[in-house]
Amino acid sequence: MTASRLQHTVMSSAVLAVASLVTWLSFTEEPAAAFLFPRMISVFFILFAVWNFIRAVTGLAQVGVGITPKMAMTILPGLAVALVYIYVAADTLGFYASSAMAFLAVSTLYDPAPRSDIQSWLKRITITLGFMAVMYALFAIVLKVQTPTGLFF
Amino acid sequence: MEFLNHFGGVFEPLALMLLIGGTVGGLILGATPGLSPTMAVALLIPFTFHLQPVHGLILLGAAYTSTVAGGAVSAILLKIPGAPANIATSLDGHEMAKQGHGARALHLSFLSSGVGGLIGVLLLIFLTPLLSQWALAFGPSHLFWLAIVGVTVIGSLDSNSFVKGLLSGCIGLWLSMIGYDDIQGAQRFIFHDALSGGINIIPALIGLFAIPQVIDMFGKGRFITEIETVKVPKQQFMNSLRELRGNVRALTIGTTFGSIIGLIPGVGGQIAGLVAYDQTRKFSPDRDKFGTGHPEGLIAAESANNAMVGPSLVPLLTLSIPGSPTAAVLLGGLLIHGIFPGTDLFDNHPQVAWTFINSMLIGQILMVAFGIYTAQWAARIALVPNSLMASAVLVLALFGSYSIQQSMGDVYIMLALGVGMFFLDRFGFSAAPLVLGLILGPIAEANFIQGTQIAAAQDGPWVYFLTGPLNMLLIFFAVSSIAFSFWSNLMASKSKKDGLAEEVTK
Repeated sequence: MTASRLQHTVMSSAVLAVASLVTWLSFTEEPAAAFLFPRMISVFFILFAVWNFIRAVTGLAQVGVGITPKMAMTILPGLAVALVYIYVAADTLGFYASSAMAFLAVSTLYDPAPRSDIQSWLKRITITLGFMAVMYALFAIVLKVQTPTGLFF
Repeated sequence: MEFLNHFGGVFEPLALMLLIGGTVGGLILGATPGLSPTMAVALLIPFTFHLQPVHGLILLGAAYTSTVAGGAVSAILLKIPGAPANIATSLDGHEMAKQGHGARALHLSFLSSGVGGLIGVLLLIFLTPLLSQWALAFGPSHLFWLAIVGVTVIGSLDSNSFVKGLLSGCIGLWLSMIGYDDIQGAQRFIFHDALSGGINIIPALIGLFAIPQVIDMFGKGRFITEIETVKVPKQQFMNSLRELRGNVRALTIGTTFGSIIGLIPGVGGQIAGLVAYDQTRKFSPDRDKFGTGHPEGLIAAESANNAMVGPSLVPLLTLSIPGSPTAAVLLGGLLIHGIFPGTDLFDNHPQVAWTFINSMLIGQILMVAFGIYTAQWAARIALVPNSLMASAVLVLALFGSYSIQQSMGDVYIMLALGVGMFFLDRFGFSAAPLVLGLILGPIAEANFIQGTQIAAAQDGPWVYFLTGPLNMLLIFFAVSSIAFSFWSNLMASKSKKDGLAEEVTK
């Protein structure tokens, strides 16, 4: 299975937009001496991005499986948990508390066991606590990494 | 024979403990289908940051060697290759296991991995000093071209689409330029405060290799693992050893092809295993038995993918060009300790270089010993549900990226790069050239600037960068790898079209 022409076009447009921005900034920002290397690289960057865009628009881009709507819907809850966990919860709730919550959330979201099954909940909570104990031992005790404590821990 | 003087370092208590831990851990991680060797090594790098460089490298080297071999366990017992390098292993290995020869297949797999691996590391020992002496002749222009060759070779050969491979390399080079310029102190591409310190290699490696796999695991949804497990009856080790001695042809072909392919930058173990399997079949009088549980196929594939490991480090340790994506991650592991491959490594840090290489030699023996005894246990790890694996890797990614500089900015960059790489990967872009661009970008830029300053005092940049035999040779390598990749892409699409036309005619 390969991605549709539309999907390839959208992705190649995004890459082209980034390449254009990089090229524009490289040639307009000062001091020029600091942008000598970026200018050289951005020329190749934009050339390959245009080539890739043309291949996508003409239907020649065939490498890559793309993302089906079904897959996107399956990924979305996990991705949302990951984004909230890293960008919001880790700093505000504390590393260990937010990690335990994220671990439990992801393992519950994608566990094949029925959600009403008490046994599977107990199993997941035990595994979460065990895993977090190992993480604490490794990072806080052995490596002595000071993590943000936030509201909890 | 300088390597003989540094064997003692491998047997220091901490070094030996890390070697054993890395080997056993690598075997388990390798046997886990969701975790690639590259990701396993990337997740280990934050731990090495807190160790002495030599100890860190021993851990990474042991993990690299044993993840490749460990991938054979799930390939044989579950028909799920633990790593792409083990695809060829599953062809005959799983058939042997289904016929009740699971233990025999595992023994042969680890023994041939060990033999292939030992020869591969010996090649590393003898070729590396020669090439590193050659690297002494390199000036700024050559080092600049070398970095460009690294990105173009990996970009064009490691990707299914050479345009996307090279584009990935350009993205990596651009990412390496984010932050403050070293010479002028000017701000470059700082769109957010988190980017002001530039992009740290380790969080980037974790993001680029671990996060896409986590999202991939999300994509599999709430499925129930339905894997046909095979019972493993006991097998006498000496019988397996005797059987291996009777298959010298497969072992020789596998080791030879694995070693040669390992030396070519950008061509990984997956190709080594498949090429060796194919060549052994061609030379075998029992070629019809291949694919039905014939030990020759298994021996060729496993000896090849482990023989590839040592030689893949030759271009890395001498010229900074990794032979495989995992070797690219190892390069990151070297650079965070301020050690640069080439003459710097062998002249200024011989203890680090040789103890690391010697540990890989000892690691092969440990890998065979532990592999045989932990194989059945490791196969059970492969049955750990995706939901737990994804949760564990996500949490480890957060802690690993944070622990390097204790900066939340690194963590934000890690996830942003990881999510971006997931989408890029779904459309045929590759993480290896991107990582290489990120790692080699500063080396290329520093030598480019130094070169332009030298050129200004001589005959100008065109003459300085584009003339001279070494410059020409390196430019030839860059151009020919792109040309070869373009040609092979063209041939592949032509044969695809011909196939479609034939189907339509039918």
